[in-house]
Amino acid sequence: MIAFLASVGAAFLAFLATAGRLVIFAGEALGAGLTPPYYPRLILRQIVYVGYFSLPVVGLTALFTGMVLALQSYTGFARFNAEGAIATVVVLSVTRELGPVIAGLMVAGRVGAAMAAEIGTMRVTDQIDALTTLSTDPLRYLVLPRLLAGLVTLPALVLVADIIGVFGGFLVGTYKLNFNPATYLTQTEQYLETMDVVSGLVKAAVFGFLVSLMGCYHGYHSRGGAEGVGQATTYAVVSASILILLSNYFLTQAFFAQ
Amino acid sequence: MSAAPPKIAVRGVEKSFGDKRVLDGVAIDVAAGESLVIIGGSGTGKSVLIKCILGLMRPEAGSIRIDGAETVGIGRAARANLTLKFGMLFQGSALFDSLSVWENVAFGLIQGRGMPRQQAREIALQKLAAVGLGPEVGQLSPAELSGGMQKRVALARAIAAEPEILFFDEPTTGLDPIMADVINRLIVDLVRGLGATAVSITHDMVSARKIAHRIAMLHKGRIIWQGPTAEIDRADNPFVDQFVHGRAEGPIEMEVRAA
Repeated sequence: MIAFLASVGAAFLAFLATAGRLVIFAGEALGAGLTPPYYPRLILRQIVYVGYFSLPVVGLTALFTGMVLALQSYTGFARFNAEGAIATVVVLSVTRELGPVIAGLMVAGRVGAAMAAEIGTMRVTDQIDALTTLSTDPLRYLVLPRLLAGLVTLPALVLVADIIGVFGGFLVGTYKLNFNPATYLTQTEQYLETMDVVSGLVKAAVFGFLVSLMGCYHGYHSRGGAEGVGQATTYAVVSASILILLSNYFLTQAFFAQ
Repeated sequence: MSAAPPKIAVRGVEKSFGDKRVLDGVAIDVAAGESLVIIGGSGTGKSVLIKCILGLMRPEAGSIRIDGAETVGIGRAARANLTLKFGMLFQGSALFDSLSVWENVAFGLIQGRGMPRQQAREIALQKLAAVGLGPEVGQLSPAELSGGMQKRVALARAIAAEPEILFFDEPTTGLDPIMADVINRLIVDLVRGLGATAVSITHDMVSARKIAHRIAMLHKGRIIWQGPTAEIDRADNPFVDQFVHGRAEGPIEMEVRAA
């Protein structure tokens, strides 16, 4: 029994230590941005990489999510003659939850993994040490632009995903389920409030920051050659995905719990 | 009149990884303008020592002074200023694969010293010429270069800002004997030309004899012998004797696991 408690305690302490290291890592990287030199070109490059190049994958998943949502809602709501609520369900689900969560998960898979692999490879080939010997702070040069890009780019991506997702629902609603287009659009707009969209964008900013942080942290601390870089990539995607779902609950509670 | 302090003074430096003590009270001085080569088997702590001096690792105990000023435990800003004195050639070259060759060479000038790109590019091409590479190489990606050319580019990057202290980590590892000799000659010429202090680590004795004024041997985390290069063959030390002659039998037992 004592051994069991000791192992639980050790695991908990290890979790706290990792959380502490993560907070210090993020704090040092963000703190580095308070003083020059600044790297606006690197930040822009990361914004293009995180945002522009993620558009196809995020757009496609948002489109099909909206379409499936309309289809599923119809088959369920038709049982108690509530088909008229489909447009509202689609727009609220997409803007509040599915847009930010699906975009966050897709970006975690595409961008978080790439960040961990790139920075991890730089670590195991001494390129990060080389940065330091060339009087360049790796946190400022490598990590900060990625954190800022994740923070500002995911909300923009989610805004696009929201529009495409609602459009997907509209396509299924009007072409397959034979809703009147004007009625569908009116119902979409009728119950939508600013807070529904804003909460999704705030979630997106948090998710974007978490994805970049996990990618950078695990890459920065990777060890042991190709195997270590592979592990860092896996950890980055898994931890970012878990944190997205976990933080989504608390953010939803903060925004909408009565 | 007091004598000038050593360029680098290392005293009682200790560093462990878990239970493994890699540096166990290392003490050594390097005079200004001197070229010191630290030899020793794999896993004896040579790279860790050089990383402690560079500030890439923090020792658990001891003192490292550069130009008489303590460097262990200094803040980020002071460390950034200190690294302006350093140039480093990494074992695997550590070139940035997302940048072209000239951008690699000019990196410290542009990012570390805020020099305009055009001016830094001209200096980078001069340094590439100094290591025997033409301006056409500057446009290539590091992945397009052979191992020997990558080493030369890394050497050009190390000297680009004309540092006061140069560090060379296994400069000839993985190169054929002719290319190794080319790199050794470049190191000797460039260090002499800059008037820099040099600290190299290697287990290549041909390289050590060529580039060193003085050789020190590191074994089990301690300096067990040091002296002028010419005296290494007369060193009355069985560890040095075994290492210099590359014999499997002797007091040095090779460890199977890495440090």
